[in-house]
Amino acid sequence: MIKRAFACAAALVFAPAFAQQKSPFADYQRMTVEGSPVELFELGGEELWKKPQGPKSASLEKCDLGKGPGVLKGAYASLPRHFKDVDRVMDLEARLVHCMVTLQGRSREEITKSLFGSADRPSEMEYLSAYIAGQSRGVKMAPGGSHPKEKESYQLGKALFFHRTGSWDFSCASCHGEEGKRIRMSDLPVLSDPKAARPLIATWPAYRVSNSQFKTMQWRINDCYRQMRMPEPTFASDTTIALNMYLATTAKGAEYRGPGTKR
Amino acid sequence: MSRILLSLVFFFATAASAEPTARDVTEAMKRDFHPRGQATMDRVAQDGVQRICTETHDKPPAALAKQLEADQMKTIVFPSGSLMGDWKRAEKMAQSGRGSMWNDKPGVDVGGSCYNCHQISPQETSYGTMGPSLLGFGKKRGNGPEVQRYVYGKIYNAKAYNACSQMPRLGHAGTLTEQQIKDLVALLLDPESPVNK
Amino acid sequence: MAGPMKMRATLAGGYTDVRVLMTHPMATEQQSKGQPHFIQNLTVKVNGKTVIEGEISQVVSRNSVFSFRLKGGAKGDQIEVSWLDNKGDTNKTEAAVA
Repeated sequence: MIKRAFACAAALVFAPAFAQQKSPFADYQRMTVEGSPVELFELGGEELWKKPQGPKSASLEKCDLGKGPGVLKGAYASLPRHFKDVDRVMDLEARLVHCMVTLQGRSREEITKSLFGSADRPSEMEYLSAYIAGQSRGVKMAPGGSHPKEKESYQLGKALFFHRTGSWDFSCASCHGEEGKRIRMSDLPVLSDPKAARPLIATWPAYRVSNSQFKTMQWRINDCYRQMRMPEPTFASDTTIALNMYLATTAKGAEYRGPGTKR
Repeated sequence: MSRILLSLVFFFATAASAEPTARDVTEAMKRDFHPRGQATMDRVAQDGVQRICTETHDKPPAALAKQLEADQMKTIVFPSGSLMGDWKRAEKMAQSGRGSMWNDKPGVDVGGSCYNCHQISPQETSYGTMGPSLLGFGKKRGNGPEVQRYVYGKIYNAKAYNACSQMPRLGHAGTLTEQQIKDLVALLLDPESPVNK
Repeated sequence: MAGPMKMRATLAGGYTDVRVLMTHPMATEQQSKGQPHFIQNLTVKVNGKTVIEGEISQVVSRNSVFSFRLKGGAKGDQIEVSWLDNKGDTNKTEAAVA
């Protein structure tokens, strides 16, 4: 009797996030996934990847995301990781900025001028993230973990996750620290727990219906800090990468499912 | 003397290879965050409660918790006279989460974000579960001066009653005004409030 | 310059299920502050013959999905979906039934 209850509970945890919602939302969730324009962002990203841009009139096709120049298969699933050429741990967006600067000769100011786009003001990062993440579909998530800087990044990310600060004394764990909780009608996954982290991290970046826009992990972290009543984290800074490292490491081993669709 | 020095060396050696301290994290945030709108960098500094709750994973030893709670109680400014305001105004304000984010205009439509975490009035079905349900709050506890004081104090500074509570210190942080908190007290305690019907 | 379109057409028990994703702002009068921009006409052709002529309006959402079912169909049939918007812009995509 108890064994079956446990198995049922386990099944619920492993089920995709939307299945845990009450029934009025299950249909809505199914319909949003069926009607998702995620593929359009992947196609748009492919165009941008191949498009010559910047003073060097170069495409991003020689960008090394960790598997070698231009190798996209499985690259997203292996991030964040340490990169020898800059001796720094980078997540996808940090590495894209690096490639845009070095391969295309563009400035960081220009690249980061229009971040977190809206439908009327699209941002390259989102399209590129969708395309590159899509190329890791079915690949086991395995961020870096053996290099000392990767370990450092993980430790900083973990400490950040539990760090209480800001006007409202929030840490990430304030909302993502206890099972079975929700804000309004949004279920809150316990992201420090691999069981909960895996299905979530396996489906970011994602199209977000409430924004009519594709959103990345850099955006997600930025928007969390906004709602935590904190000042703004700098795009692709070490603290944001550390948080991504912590989340990706907590979720490691799960199969990456590809860019998802969220509420 | 040399034994003390040796043990100090060992202490610092182990400390260096350990996880980042709360201070390390604050330094990293000072480096990597920037002010935006009304969200200024002073928000990155940890106060005593935040520091201790971080270091003890929200479970400080009992004596220390009591001390923190006593300190936080000192910060509460209780108005004189009745602590009951207008529950109708409060219901509106409990729905709003605006006020202190970097994209908020200071002072415009400022709310307590209460429904994000609590069930309050029965007709509102979109409520969070991070905090306990407040249905029937006044019905269960009455609405005399002591209960009023408890509710006012709890909203003003929840840490005075539970050192590492996840509930924001809405008065202490300057989010809500005295009148707004009084209105919330009425929302919870007034017999006419939908909460108690 | 129109954004990407993507289509999938699959045989399913006597029918052909077609799903087209269309990049388009689909901006209403209000959203665009008086300069609406939306798809007005949708045309579906099977092996060169028009089977659907649709008129849609600004109530359809941005980057929409058009999903429909054709009776019959065979592997290799050529499906073409094209649109024309209120500014005269067009786009089309083709796919073979799988």
